[in-house]
Amino acid sequence: MKTNDIILQTVTKFTLFVIILFSIHLFFAGHYHPGGGFIGGLMTSGAIVLLLLAFDIKTVKTILPVDYIKLVAIGLLFAIGTGTGALFFDLPFLTHAFTYVDLPLLGKTSLHTAVLFDTGVFLVVIGVTMTIIQTIGESE
Amino acid sequence: MSFLHLAVLSPLLLAIIIPFIHTYFKNIHTGWFLLPLPAVLFVYFLKFIGTTGSGGTVMETMPWISSLGIDFTLKVDGLGLLFALLITGIGALVVLYSIYYLNPNKEKLNTFYVFLLLFMGAMLGVVLSDNLIVLYAFWELTSFSSFLLIGFWNQRERSRYGAQKSMLITVFGGLAMLGGILMLSIITGTFSISETIQMSSQVKNHPLFTMTLILFLLGAFTKSAQFPFHIWLPDAMEAPTPVSAYLHSATMVKAGIYLVARMTPVFADSATWVWLVTGAGVITLFWGSFSAVKQTDLKAILAFSTVSQLGMIMSLLGAGAAALHYGTINDGYYLVAVTAAVFHLINHATFKGSLFMVTGIIDHETGTRDIRKLGGLMNFMPITFTLAIIGTFSMAGIPPFNGFLSKEMFFTGMLRLAEMDSFHMDTWGLLFPIIAWTASVFTFIYSMMYVFKTFTGKHHPEKLKKKPHEAPIGMLISPIILASLVILFGIFPNLLSDTILSPAMEAIMPSLLENGDGFNVHISFWHGPTLELLMTFAVITIGIVLYKFLPKWAGIYRLFPDRLALNHLYDRGLKAIHLVAKKITKSYMTGFIRSYLVYIFSFFILILTFTLLYKNAFAFDVSNTAPVHIMEIVLMLIIAVSSITILFAKSRLTSIILLGAVGYTVALFFVIFRAPDLALTQLVIETVSVALFLLAFYHLPKIRPEERIRFKAANALISIGVGAVVTMIALSAHSNKMFRSISEFYVENTYKKAGGENMVNVILVDFRGFDTMFEITVLGIAALGIFAMIKLRLTRGKDLDENK
Repeated sequence: MKTNDIILQTVTKFTLFVIILFSIHLFFAGHYHPGGGFIGGLMTSGAIVLLLLAFDIKTVKTILPVDYIKLVAIGLLFAIGTGTGALFFDLPFLTHAFTYVDLPLLGKTSLHTAVLFDTGVFLVVIGVTMTIIQTIGESE
Repeated sequence: MSFLHLAVLSPLLLAIIIPFIHTYFKNIHTGWFLLPLPAVLFVYFLKFIGTTGSGGTVMETMPWISSLGIDFTLKVDGLGLLFALLITGIGALVVLYSIYYLNPNKEKLNTFYVFLLLFMGAMLGVVLSDNLIVLYAFWELTSFSSFLLIGFWNQRERSRYGAQKSMLITVFGGLAMLGGILMLSIITGTFSISETIQMSSQVKNHPLFTMTLILFLLGAFTKSAQFPFHIWLPDAMEAPTPVSAYLHSATMVKAGIYLVARMTPVFADSATWVWLVTGAGVITLFWGSFSAVKQTDLKAILAFSTVSQLGMIMSLLGAGAAALHYGTINDGYYLVAVTAAVFHLINHATFKGSLFMVTGIIDHETGTRDIRKLGGLMNFMPITFTLAIIGTFSMAGIPPFNGFLSKEMFFTGMLRLAEMDSFHMDTWGLLFPIIAWTASVFTFIYSMMYVFKTFTGKHHPEKLKKKPHEAPIGMLISPIILASLVILFGIFPNLLSDTILSPAMEAIMPSLLENGDGFNVHISFWHGPTLELLMTFAVITIGIVLYKFLPKWAGIYRLFPDRLALNHLYDRGLKAIHLVAKKITKSYMTGFIRSYLVYIFSFFILILTFTLLYKNAFAFDVSNTAPVHIMEIVLMLIIAVSSITILFAKSRLTSIILLGAVGYTVALFFVIFRAPDLALTQLVIETVSVALFLLAFYHLPKIRPEERIRFKAANALISIGVGAVVTMIALSAHSNKMFRSISEFYVENTYKKAGGENMVNVILVDFRGFDTMFEITVLGIAALGIFAMIKLRLTRGKDLDENK
């Protein structure tokens, strides 16, 4: 791929963070507003794909030295671990719990174990998308 | 979960930790960390002797899938306890032996011990579970761990061959047994073994009885290497010697015997059972001992010997079933066979275990197991020689070792079976003692071959890879313990009779006992000048004569053509299956995605149209629809135009852009129908997949003008068909409202039960969290698959050389 796309590269440098911030917002907002781990993960992957398009795979690898297959594994561990956690309270697998707490600045906030599960989804989606794109892009 | 459950599962739990121990304590042989477990379990199980000795049993239940009648129920009775003691006792000795046998610098100890523990736990599960389904699960786990252990040296071609063979044969039997278990549960309505035994009369009169019996026996015969399924056991000897001693002689191959013994109360009172079990046993006994004589590899001799001895125990169980037929203890007239079976089970484990360990020592210290190269080792390895003498003489049935006692009882059992006046024994029954005696002569011959060809005669140092010397003490401890037991049980057999034998027999033949009774087992050394003693004398004299003149008559082994051998049949059959499967697969796997899409979509159209017509489900109802706006029509048109244009696109880039247009328009539809989550997902997915297409672009060949895809009527028909079917289903789904939609449940409960406001996400992570969990797992697998296919693909024209 060509690497002299100055305009794309400059724009990417700015928008990348906006997209990633937006994806994190989507991820956390998931339980109350449109969003969630799946969309959040996809959006983050979209940001990385943009980076890939603007630069090349080698550069992106030095910027983000992440082993995406391990990311998939960590994500799955999150999801299964959250499910298993319920077993320790003598509840069926994957029973979620939530509570409301008052946090400074944020006010009344809900805390969900579902967020942990969703973190798993988030990581797996990024891992899978990027593994596929990276392996296909790298070959030959 | 009781302590008993923990005991059974403890090997499996330890198997999880072993790899970590192996990594962090590199300097210490991993076996040392393993050794305490079987030893402690052995002591733990010894404590149960008090309970079972007085006729009691211990039962512990852990609910598992109670709604299907499958609970993890463990039951310790005499029979289960006997096996549990064998598994843990021999297990401890084998682990100790393996510490000196396996070189920690050369072998992958962590995998070896994980497999071994897997087996130990599985085997304990087999012999102690009272639920047939649980038993089956553990049963297959033993086949599986045996497969892994036989193939432990997976760089060797023979190991892989042996592993595959054992897997195919034992799993075939296991599946047959599963069929038997299901049939039995149809008859009795329960999976519990204890309850099934109480309903044995009901089982006996059911039309499925014979079929069930045969399926169970298939499982038992394949596992215990009975003729004609014995062919896997000699090839299983490719496993490391501790494994052969443990799995393929002392424990796993006896699982089939366990099953036959366990099911005796249910099936045994029938001619089919007596004939099949005794017949298969006696034929195996003869064929095994006959084939053992022609072997030149020490381990092969022991393998065929194991086959033969398993046949002997099997035939004894069959003969003992006659006792059930008469329904009384009857002075133990037929019962002696059952006593002999249980007794020989223990004896075989002791002498064969020690012989395998001796073979391992010889292999380890000389570098070969070929009796044509060995000889005169007596002077170099006096202790090993002594151990070999004890083991082989016991195997040959020479006093004062324990093998003599059980062999005598075996003759008694066979003679009494021949006298029986039912099950047509009066016509053909005489064959049993005759075959049994002939087989014993061959047993004598190979036993002598084993010990004298190895340890006496001329020493050929030039044929050996190493200079022979006595084994280190650590390797000798285990066989010494086993050999001492051989002598101990030989001289004081009644040490076992009340503690182990009689409780085990109570479990095999519960119906013969009144409440509180026990079998009175007494094994005596001297019976007076009986026919059995005479038979033993004849075995020894004729055996010595035949052994002396072995080269003169060995020609009979060449008479039997190789092409008719069972191994040959197995190999040919396997090849034929491969060829046929390959042909069938090749006929439809073209390697073109378009062919596969044709299959998938044709099937899709056929099955869905059939269902629609058969259920008369097509409906068209517009009464409850919203008005169509101009916006929707415009979007529809965009989708239609772009999809049709794709068909005529001349370059791939155009097709991708058009496909993207379709995707984004669908996202707009989601926006109109107020599904922001779906719209967002669709948008991002579309973006990412366009990027993916662009990447994959590079690898695709150029479209050449002459290779333009031609119009094909069949494909057009299929694509129109798919569209039509989907449309019909969508219309019908909207028009048929047979029950309340589940969405109302979600509307009500999203906030109440899950504390969320975004229904879609709450469904994803909470209400249907299981789906999501498995979906992301599938995603992960797909990513790994793509990674493997692209990164690890073979270069064309070059096969992976598996033998390197």
